Amino acid sequence: MHTIKDMLKIKNLHASIDDKEILKGINLEINPGEVHAIMGPNGSGKSTLSSVIAGKEEFEMTQGEIIFEGTNLSELDPEERAHKGIFLSFQYPVEIPGVSVTNFMKTAINAHRKANGLEDMPANEMLKLIREKSEMLEIDRKFLSRSLNEGFSGGEKKRNEIFQMAMLDPKLSILDETDSGLDIDALRIVADGVNKLRNENNAVLLITHYQRLLNYIVPDVVHVLVDGKIVKTGGKELAYELEERGYDWVKQEAV
Amino acid sequence: MELKDKLISSFLAFEEDFGAESEVHQIRTQAIKEFEELGFPSRKEEAWKYTSLNSVLKHDYSVFPKKEEAIEYRDIKKYLIHDIDTYDLVFIDGIYSSHLSQTTHDKIDVCLMSSALNKPQYKPVIDNYFNKIAPKSGLNALNTAFAKEGAFIHIHKNKLADKPIQIINFSTGNETALMVQPRNLVVVDENSHVQIIERHQSLTDHPVLTNSVTELYADKRAIVDYYKIQNDKSSASLIDNTFIEQQSESVVSVHTFSFGGRLTRNNLNFYQKGERIDSTLKGVTIIEGKQHVDHNTLVHHIEPNCESHQDYKGIFADSSVGVFNGKVVVEKEAQKTNAYQSNNNILVDDKATINSKPQLEIFADDVKCSHGCTIGQLDEEALFYLQSRGIPRKEARGLLMYAFANNVLESVKIPEIKKRINKLIALKLGVELGFNL
Repeated sequence: MHTIKDMLKIKNLHASIDDKEILKGINLEINPGEVHAIMGPNGSGKSTLSSVIAGKEEFEMTQGEIIFEGTNLSELDPEERAHKGIFLSFQYPVEIPGVSVTNFMKTAINAHRKANGLEDMPANEMLKLIREKSEMLEIDRKFLSRSLNEGFSGGEKKRNEIFQMAMLDPKLSILDETDSGLDIDALRIVADGVNKLRNENNAVLLITHYQRLLNYIVPDVVHVLVDGKIVKTGGKELAYELEERGYDWVKQEAV
Repeated sequence: MELKDKLISSFLAFEEDFGAESEVHQIRTQAIKEFEELGFPSRKEEAWKYTSLNSVLKHDYSVFPKKEEAIEYRDIKKYLIHDIDTYDLVFIDGIYSSHLSQTTHDKIDVCLMSSALNKPQYKPVIDNYFNKIAPKSGLNALNTAFAKEGAFIHIHKNKLADKPIQIINFSTGNETALMVQPRNLVVVDENSHVQIIERHQSLTDHPVLTNSVTELYADKRAIVDYYKIQNDKSSASLIDNTFIEQQSESVVSVHTFSFGGRLTRNNLNFYQKGERIDSTLKGVTIIEGKQHVDHNTLVHHIEPNCESHQDYKGIFADSSVGVFNGKVVVEKEAQKTNAYQSNNNILVDDKATINSKPQLEIFADDVKCSHGCTIGQLDEEALFYLQSRGIPRKEARGLLMYAFANNVLESVKIPEIKKRINKLIALKLGVELGFNL
């Protein structure tokens, strides 16, 4: 038995879409128990990075590697990455009419269990889990029988993403612009939820444009992504500096 | 001998058998002449451009089934909506099966076309409505010429059918190949209400061709919900001709669920002959292999202030073929018409085909008419979303297709039908959903 300190290790990652290079050599290491934030101006490649880690096929990895708990992810489908414990909270969650939040969660959880050689979760256990996690996130029970994301407000969609995260209990949660479109109350509920789910065995990667979210979910490490590269890494105080001074000085420093 | 010639020469024997003195003798004789003149439709006709009957007409169909084949309730239970109380009209190889049926004459008439055509008490209704709504066509004429059995439903004024009525036509394969021609008449008087479920089901793999004609008359303020479940074996083909005449303020909806069968053609016509009428035509088609489903609809807006809503969704796998030909005619007098039409399709495989053709003929100037047609593949972003939740791609595709088809079910008013269709769709798409949780 060997212990793996790094949960996620990204080495010299290059990725393109339609022959256009978006990520130009990313290096990133995340350990269990840590919260990392990736900040950067629009178009710097933040969302691409989260999509590539989760395995979106549209992007082509041209160089480098992504190692998750010792496994190279490059050949794995998105669902296989999910089964290994990677979760991506979407900036724009997709609407699925006719499939209730509950039924969707049941399908997702049982797909995870099947992949891990387990039987379907018994209905009473599922209901108990749903009750527990929905209470934690202050989600109304009526909400759970609605069609997934259909007609949900921006805040409801994001809260539902965190509910899914709570239900699936991932090792690495990537939250892509989870703060966008949220008012202050919704932001607080979402952030409280994420904080409650944190422990020494899991890790969180926050992708955000603004420092606001980081007041609620305090990061251990802040990275600044500019033009497909991480140009600066620091502690949480870096986020405040970016909030005050904008991104131009980092860009210039990088040059 | 070609099927057309065989049918014409069979007609004499049929009339002899059924009695030439019958009241409808004149109508039948006229009809066989029409069929002789018009024959089966060919692809030269605009309305049949994408659907050829050649492959289904080539079989040597028996036109008269030999005898009623005994089948047991337990063998057919699964084809019935059995978890709610219903009136049932069950036909086996075109012949009425009394022990599987439940009819009534209590305030409403749910009985047989053969009785209605022969018994004097039904004569006024037959004289007024039989063969009055169906337009002239070779297929309708053929059905009329051999019209003998089917459902006769008459909901009297101010009455409410207390439970839904199921019309089920079974074919047993007693014959090597069988052609059946059910003829239904539904008359819904003023202020009355009825729900009808219709299904054609083959019980063996012998070829079956059904040429069914249903005439439905909805009088003032009548409400009718009609559900057609088309999930037959791949040896069975169906031509369903349904013609609906509506009077003022009546509300009629027809939902057609096409999942099975070799070739299915739905000719569904609505004639709005009053004001403030509402007509709804919805359909879900999910087919694969070499299946072919053709929806040919017509909504004829004749009077002002009426609405029509058409929403057809299709999912086509393998080398299956779909056709949607939706015609809306708005006459000059039909001002303030609201006519909506939408046809959305997903092609699952490269070899699948959909021919979608909206046809709008608008002669009035103050109307709202819209039509939209889409043909596409599944949304990759949505697939990625589901996969990132651990749902394998194949199941994720099924789930998305399920979601795509699902909203057509919102207007289904009988919960058991909705549940049944939901399950059929899920099964068809390989989606496992717990419906009770």
